[in-house]
Amino acid sequence: MIKVFTTIGNYVLLMQKVFSRPQKGRIFWNQLMTEINSLGLESLGIVAFISAFMGAVVSIQTAYNITSPLIPMSMVGFTVRQSVILEFSPTVISLILAGKVGSRIASEIGTMRVTEQIDALEIMGVNSANYLIFPKIVASILINPVLIVFSMWMGILGGWVAMVATGLVSTNDFVQGIRIDFQGYTIFYAITKTIFFAFIISSVSGFYGYITRGGALEVGQASTKAVVFSSVIIILFNLVLTQLLLT
Amino acid sequence: MIEARNINKTFGDHHVLKDVSCIFEKGKTNLIIGQSGSGKTVLMKCLVGLFEVDSGMVAYDDRNFTTMNFEQRKTLRKEIGMLFQGGALFDSMNVEENVMFPLNMFTKELPGEKLERVNFVLKRVNLENVNKLMPSELSGGMRKRVAIARAIAMKPQYLFCDEPNSGLDPLTSGVIDHLIREITEEYEITTIVNTHDMNSVLSIGDSVAYIYKGQLWWKGDKETILHTDNAELNEFVFGTELTSRLKR
Repeated sequence: MIKVFTTIGNYVLLMQKVFSRPQKGRIFWNQLMTEINSLGLESLGIVAFISAFMGAVVSIQTAYNITSPLIPMSMVGFTVRQSVILEFSPTVISLILAGKVGSRIASEIGTMRVTEQIDALEIMGVNSANYLIFPKIVASILINPVLIVFSMWMGILGGWVAMVATGLVSTNDFVQGIRIDFQGYTIFYAITKTIFFAFIISSVSGFYGYITRGGALEVGQASTKAVVFSSVIIILFNLVLTQLLLT
Repeated sequence: MIEARNINKTFGDHHVLKDVSCIFEKGKTNLIIGQSGSGKTVLMKCLVGLFEVDSGMVAYDDRNFTTMNFEQRKTLRKEIGMLFQGGALFDSMNVEENVMFPLNMFTKELPGEKLERVNFVLKRVNLENVNKLMPSELSGGMRKRVAIARAIAMKPQYLFCDEPNSGLDPLTSGVIDHLIREITEEYEITTIVNTHDMNSVLSIGDSVAYIYKGQLWWKGDKETILHTDNAELNEFVFGTELTSRLKR
């Protein structure tokens, strides 16, 4: 238990170092653009692939489970929309990003630590925590909502393609289902969750990378810890945020 | 001049540095030698502030480094250059970007001026036409020389070298040693080199401090080290087959 509190304390102390004014605005801007590209845009492919197939699966499952003639087939579109916007895109895609982006951040910073590159930054008088972690946090917070909105589109598109291809639901019914009782607040809810999750992924992974000591083995362990703890914290915060935002 | 006074450093129950006091003089190559695990790397990291000392004081030209706050240390660190054991070049940057990094971070020079400085320091370490190479494309000796170039780019007053010859062949080690010595004399800086290479000791050891089990055990220079009657130091100096044969 003491170890848990020590880790939380160290995380908070590191975040104090991270959230300070960047030493050079132009250098920060360049890093931010690099991170947006490497953490966000390079994830577009995997996000599109998973979202489209997941949307297709949800729509097929729903269509096959509607057996009562009293339930209209437009419910398929409605179900796909609700599940994709409320949970699948913000939470499941964030978990996927925790694996892809989190391990990348932790291993990159961890390798810099064990090869003394972080010490070199400190010796020069650079706030290494701010220099390395802050652009990643800002980039994640900016680009993850874009990825999640893109995921929503792809999920719904995948669902529609699956219905048209299998002939289970007509385009008219599917589109009508998507439009039923749509509330803009659900998008706000999804984006809010995404921003929290983006912060968790980048800061927790940055933390585990930054505190790495040792060699290649420890970098691997740091990477694993980053993914596991980011995922666990995302799941816990998902529950808390859902309760807070939907009640 | 850098002064270490009564430095103690403990990791858990392990007392690594025990009351170490030493003066490292300006314009000289000051060597810290000792066996692996003797505490010489910890001493160097305490001197540059990568480790906080438990007690004692470190002063850079009478400026007490130990009591400085983060901002004061940041200012002083612009006067410090350090060569790390593996070079510690930034993997994501090419040679030119690595050497230019401190200039970009701390100066307001124009891009042309910075490039001129980069080319000057690269030429000074006998490296030319390597600006666009990535660290992974360099040999061990070249990496060390790029790291030296980066360390001197900001015209430091203090240069720290942590085992500059590790992993290098004797000839390349000699080149690096002489480069460190030349730079020290040319810029009149205080240089501290951490090593266990006796070739380095005999070629550039203007001042030599021997650390034994966390204590300053002996202090002298490259001339007196061969004639000391200190048993532990003799064991270290003449511990290899080559040096013991030469002694006989």
